[in-house]
Amino acid sequence: MRNIIKDHQIVADDWNVLRLEEGQTPESVAVPAGKVLVPLKVWQAQHAALVLRADVGVWIDSDEGAEALKEDAAKLPLIAVNFPKFADGRGYSIAYNVRSRLKYAGELRAIGDVLRDQLFYMQRAGFNAFAVREDKDINDALKGLSDFSQPYQNSTDIKAPLFRRVHRDGASA
Amino acid sequence: MYRYDQYDHQIIQERVAQFRDQVRRRISDELTEDEFRILRLQNGLYMQRHAYMHRIAVPYGMLSSKQMHMLAHIARKYDRGYGHFTTRQNIQYNWIKLEEAPAILADLATVEMHAIQTSGNCVRNISSDQFAGVAADEIIDPRPYCEILRQWSTFHPEFAYLPRKFKIAINGAVEDRAAIGMHDIGLTVVKNDQGEIGFRVMVGGGLGRTPLIGATIREFLPWQHALTYIEAILRVYNQHGRRDNIYKARIKILLKALGAEEFARQVEAEWVDLKDSEATLTVEELQRVAACFTAPAYLTLPASDAAYEQEKATNKAFANWVMRNVKAHKVPGYAAVVLSLKKTGVPPGDITADQMDFVADLADRYSFGELRSAHEQNLILADVRQADLVSLWKEAKAHGLATPNIGLLTDMICCPGGDFCSLANAKSIPIAGAIAERFDNLDFLHDIGEIELNISGCINACGHHHIGNIGILGVDKDGSEWYQVSLGGAQGNDIAVGKIIGPSFSAGQMPEVIDRILQVYVRERTEDEKFIDTVRRLGIAPFKEYVYATPIKTELQHGEDAYA
Repeated sequence: MRNIIKDHQIVADDWNVLRLEEGQTPESVAVPAGKVLVPLKVWQAQHAALVLRADVGVWIDSDEGAEALKEDAAKLPLIAVNFPKFADGRGYSIAYNVRSRLKYAGELRAIGDVLRDQLFYMQRAGFNAFAVREDKDINDALKGLSDFSQPYQNSTDIKAPLFRRVHRDGASA
Repeated sequence: MYRYDQYDHQIIQERVAQFRDQVRRRISDELTEDEFRILRLQNGLYMQRHAYMHRIAVPYGMLSSKQMHMLAHIARKYDRGYGHFTTRQNIQYNWIKLEEAPAILADLATVEMHAIQTSGNCVRNISSDQFAGVAADEIIDPRPYCEILRQWSTFHPEFAYLPRKFKIAINGAVEDRAAIGMHDIGLTVVKNDQGEIGFRVMVGGGLGRTPLIGATIREFLPWQHALTYIEAILRVYNQHGRRDNIYKARIKILLKALGAEEFARQVEAEWVDLKDSEATLTVEELQRVAACFTAPAYLTLPASDAAYEQEKATNKAFANWVMRNVKAHKVPGYAAVVLSLKKTGVPPGDITADQMDFVADLADRYSFGELRSAHEQNLILADVRQADLVSLWKEAKAHGLATPNIGLLTDMICCPGGDFCSLANAKSIPIAGAIAERFDNLDFLHDIGEIELNISGCINACGHHHIGNIGILGVDKDGSEWYQVSLGGAQGNDIAVGKIIGPSFSAGQMPEVIDRILQVYVRERTEDEKFIDTVRRLGIAPFKEYVYATPIKTELQHGEDAYA
């Protein structure tokens, strides 16, 4: 069992991430028993069976959209967003949409190429869980969540921009 | 000028600490170079040909004298005693050690400066009109909006890993001096029929491989909605911009693929949920920021100063400088002065540490302690009394900053090119130098009149060659450096992309090429016709014909080496 960061804690995690191997199709791949995080395409292809299970979550890839889970989000125990490369920023907007458009309140996890220096932004965009890349020190990564104390702009985590949250001095020359 | 409050200070301090730790982790190999690269770029640090290059943000070109002194200090302490002002109104240093970069950021933070997002695939430094606040043709001062956008874009969590870099410019005047049409988002501050303030929103401009002028996607956006509307634009771009090919990743390609109408429709659809959310700007916040940009304590002066007029009438050198480098001011008795960073023999935009200290002192004595940088790579003293112009001119002249060439052929825009930049295909500074040397005759330059000559060392177009009346692009052909020439480009309200006149030239041929182009202009111009207007009237054909009519001798077989 590996560790992840969840709600600012390092915790053991028993979810398995299903990734399609070459030659496997979303329709035919066997979804194992137990807690499993399946690709969106598998969820869609095997919807009738998977929707009955309480131990299935869905991961969205960076070229997919949150809106595909519009009908199902409320029922899902876990939604994850995959970062194929840490420099691929689509996952931030997907997370924003999962929280803001789908109103999803459950665990939203970043998986894939997840590194310390991206965690602060990921958390602001709506993630509350992070499967940090396994070759990196998760204790070190945890520090990344507190790089800044008062951001200027609103996002998923803080709905009001700084100018509405605090009284700012009228700076003058 | 905007002054930091406790929150701004705290955010910058936290950034310094964050970057210091990132550098430490890179040096101890906890971060790979690939992982670190993006982090250092978002702190303005590039790996260049010879050393690290550090690009410091000058938000919308505004600088205090104190900040300029700090830039001089950095040039001396961490670099080789000079800096380079860029076409993005920023300054960069070319000889930086990685280990010292955190200390540079810490020093900058003491004067409310930083290097945040001066590179990387994020929202870059907001640029604007160098005469903002003082221009006679200004409708509304754009700087409060620039500052509000600077804060909003700083560490925006959703838009730090966009498909590509993202540039926003704001213009508040009748004449566009911010080249808004070549930005990813170009905003013009306008008043509608009811006298309400808002923005005309252009999207999808940019130079580089595919030069495109931005398309207007909204004629009037009430100012309160600036942040939410831009958020909507960026969310559409972040999700749908191409990431498979960096040459096709800018928003202009997405806009072109979708069409401006469809793009606008998607933005408006995205905006529905955001409009009127808490991110909507408030009058209080606008007033708080705008209070930093109120007019300085101008004296009540006559519209024209007698001694100044007298000097102008009798001193030709001074009159030339006034004609080219002194600009109209909206307050009677005042003027805006352009300090030329285009002296022959000096790379365009370069300035020494001593000159930085000197201009900071000038700003204190003559211009309320403030300076601006222009995208044409010059500096501005925006609030000078006419009565002070003579003494200011004499001092600036003594420090090599009063070349009377603003808007003329030798006021070239030029990127650092192959001498420094690892992207460049060809050198650009020596080409600028050779042309400046060839036409180092003020009477001739003044006779030729207004002309924009822009030089880029590669297709990335940092030298804005596409929008130069004459554009020069360095290209690589079979491993040697060649130069492609275009005509008819322009910035401003009639922004246009130039047309290539034909096969490229060697470095050694370039001064003669420019000479021939100018000969055609002198022969064909009507009275008072500017170069660009002659090109527009005649097209490029007569220029092309004459330039290629007879072979151009070059004294050196490998011209580019002549200036190495």
